Amino acid sequence: MADLSLIAGKNRLPTIHPAAALVAVFLLFYPAFASNFFVFQIGAYSLVLGTIALSLMMLAGYGGMVSLSQLTVAGLAGYLMAILGDNSVGVMGLGWPWWLTALTAIFAASVFSALIGAISVRTEGIYTIMITLAIAVAFFYFVRQNYVIFNGFTGYAGVEPPVLFGVYWRNPTPFYYLSLAVAAFFFFAVLYGARSTFGLSLQAIRDNPRRMRAIGYDVTLHRIFAYWLAGLIAGTAGVLMVWFNGRISPGSVGVDVVIDILVIAVVGGMRHPIGPFIGALAFVLLENFAIDLIDRERFNTVIGLAFLLVVLFSPDGLLGLWMRMKDALMLKRRTPSDSGGGQ
Amino acid sequence: MDIAFYAAWPSDPGVLAGPVFRNRVGWRRDLLRRFIERHTFWAIVILISAGIFLWMIFAVWPDWMISTLGRKKTFVNTFLNGLTLAGLYFLVASGFTLVFGLMRNVNLAHGSMYLLGAYIGYEAAEVSGNWFVGLGAAFIAIAITGILLQVLVFRRMEGDDLRQTLVTIGVSIVAADLMLATWSGTTYQFAPPEWLFGAAELPIISTIRSSGQEVFLKYPIYRLAVLAVAIAVGIALWLFLNRTRVGMMIRAGVNDRDMLAASGVNVQVVFALVFAIGAGLAGFAGVIGGTALSIAPGEDIRYLLASLVVVIVGGMGSVPGAAIGALLIGLAEQFGLAYFPTYGVVLTFVIMVVVLAVRPQGIMGSS
Repeated sequence: MADLSLIAGKNRLPTIHPAAALVAVFLLFYPAFASNFFVFQIGAYSLVLGTIALSLMMLAGYGGMVSLSQLTVAGLAGYLMAILGDNSVGVMGLGWPWWLTALTAIFAASVFSALIGAISVRTEGIYTIMITLAIAVAFFYFVRQNYVIFNGFTGYAGVEPPVLFGVYWRNPTPFYYLSLAVAAFFFFAVLYGARSTFGLSLQAIRDNPRRMRAIGYDVTLHRIFAYWLAGLIAGTAGVLMVWFNGRISPGSVGVDVVIDILVIAVVGGMRHPIGPFIGALAFVLLENFAIDLIDRERFNTVIGLAFLLVVLFSPDGLLGLWMRMKDALMLKRRTPSDSGGGQ
Repeated sequence: MDIAFYAAWPSDPGVLAGPVFRNRVGWRRDLLRRFIERHTFWAIVILISAGIFLWMIFAVWPDWMISTLGRKKTFVNTFLNGLTLAGLYFLVASGFTLVFGLMRNVNLAHGSMYLLGAYIGYEAAEVSGNWFVGLGAAFIAIAITGILLQVLVFRRMEGDDLRQTLVTIGVSIVAADLMLATWSGTTYQFAPPEWLFGAAELPIISTIRSSGQEVFLKYPIYRLAVLAVAIAVGIALWLFLNRTRVGMMIRAGVNDRDMLAASGVNVQVVFALVFAIGAGLAGFAGVIGGTALSIAPGEDIRYLLASLVVVIVGGMGSVPGAAIGALLIGLAEQFGLAYFPTYGVVLTFVIMVVVLAVRPQGIMGSS
């Protein structure tokens, strides 16, 4: 298994790959040379989307559960930020302090995610997609219909991050570093978690739930706990998302966005936590620069076709494509391939 | 399933009693009898609530009921709306569940097929000036689309459920965008034949005026026609699946695909046929539903959600399950809309959750 070799192969304190170190340095100094547009609209946005997709990757890649409701979880956290905190619409907006709002939103999102898990884990495989998609669509219709709590079609605007330590966190550079910190935290958490006892048993459950059940593991509980963890990731990303956009409406949790997250995770690759971020970067770049190539209106066709191409020709995404290229190169050089099969 | 049932209670005298089982109808009747014997309490509850329901529809409501539940007209209209919506949902979901049952393929582009069928039907009806031509064109065009999808895409990745599903998602994204490009965001309205217009007077009294005159309930003919078509399609599907040779092959394929292939049947042809029927039904429903409501972008998602929930509730792969699920969801949606508008979706959702909690495989699903 490629993912295991990547993660568990170098078991002691990691010897950092030069490329990884280069990427880390690049990400850290990125705002120093990039324009505000590139820092905020490309950099920070990719990191936020990547973090949401990371929660899907974690469930799908390690748990074998393709949950399409991760964006819905993030959306709930975003809505809660507007409902419990401040917004400029004049509906709800209970005015809680920002830290309490954020913590509550993230916690509520994780519980929501665990509930979704509890509903969907009793069925397996392909059924999970259907049930989570149904939940996501139902949530979309619900927030659109409900004016009392979710302010219906209009949704909320004017949701601002706090001014803290004299910094306005929605400015491009501070927000970039905030998203980078959150993304990096969850990236390493997932990387580490996959090697933990829980992570390994989750992967074992993915590969053979019946055997794990026979050994005495509580398969259902493991899966629900995975959903809860994924909810923490998605919820935190949801808070960032609403700060990034400043607003949230049913359109932010619509089916097309739900599918976008799936597209990001699949295009990036679900074998390694870096996949969702690669996918998110590709997606955001395409979203911003496809206009130069084609009509802005037809963006969905482009993204849909890109998605189809990836699914048809490289089921494990760009990451898998790259790994195969690397393998092919290595075979040419007649060196023993040690990245292909790590069992 | 019959054999499994048979083997489960070998010592049950009812099972061994022989003559009842000569035909399927006898089997069904016996199933009903067994249900009443085993769950007497629930049988009584169901019977009583059905009785109350019928009484609520046909009787003239006393004043205290009007004050608690609102006007009778609202109630009966909601009920009829729920029934006709259920008919529409059944048309869409039966194809979805048929395809799933045989191929284990969740076709998430099913909603797109519904919408594409509606658009094609609209164009055909505009050109020919005949609504029925549109209906036929939609069925045939979408059936061909389904066959193409099956032959060009799904056959290449057989056994890889997840990838097939992802492909259907990709197809639905592209399809939705191209349809938006072709037909723009405008709402279209069909022109059904004259005799389908108007309202029929039902033999249901809505109120009695103070003058003693009875006021009968009126209901759009077209919606009743939708219900009739759905029932007809349901019966036709049942006959096709249970009384024809091809239907037998399909049922055998649902139970054990490999065994069917091993016994010399060309499964690929059966697959293509089922896909054609399933997709064709979606296109057909597109015209029916598009006439009842309207055609607009976003309808694909709505009917995809409906199909998903209906088959999750009814049991995946089961056509009778789709009927039951459609009935539950259609009624729930309309009653939710009429009696608690902002939480209508929640009712649908609660039904889904309850069914999943009690019977994860759905009401008629086989585990």
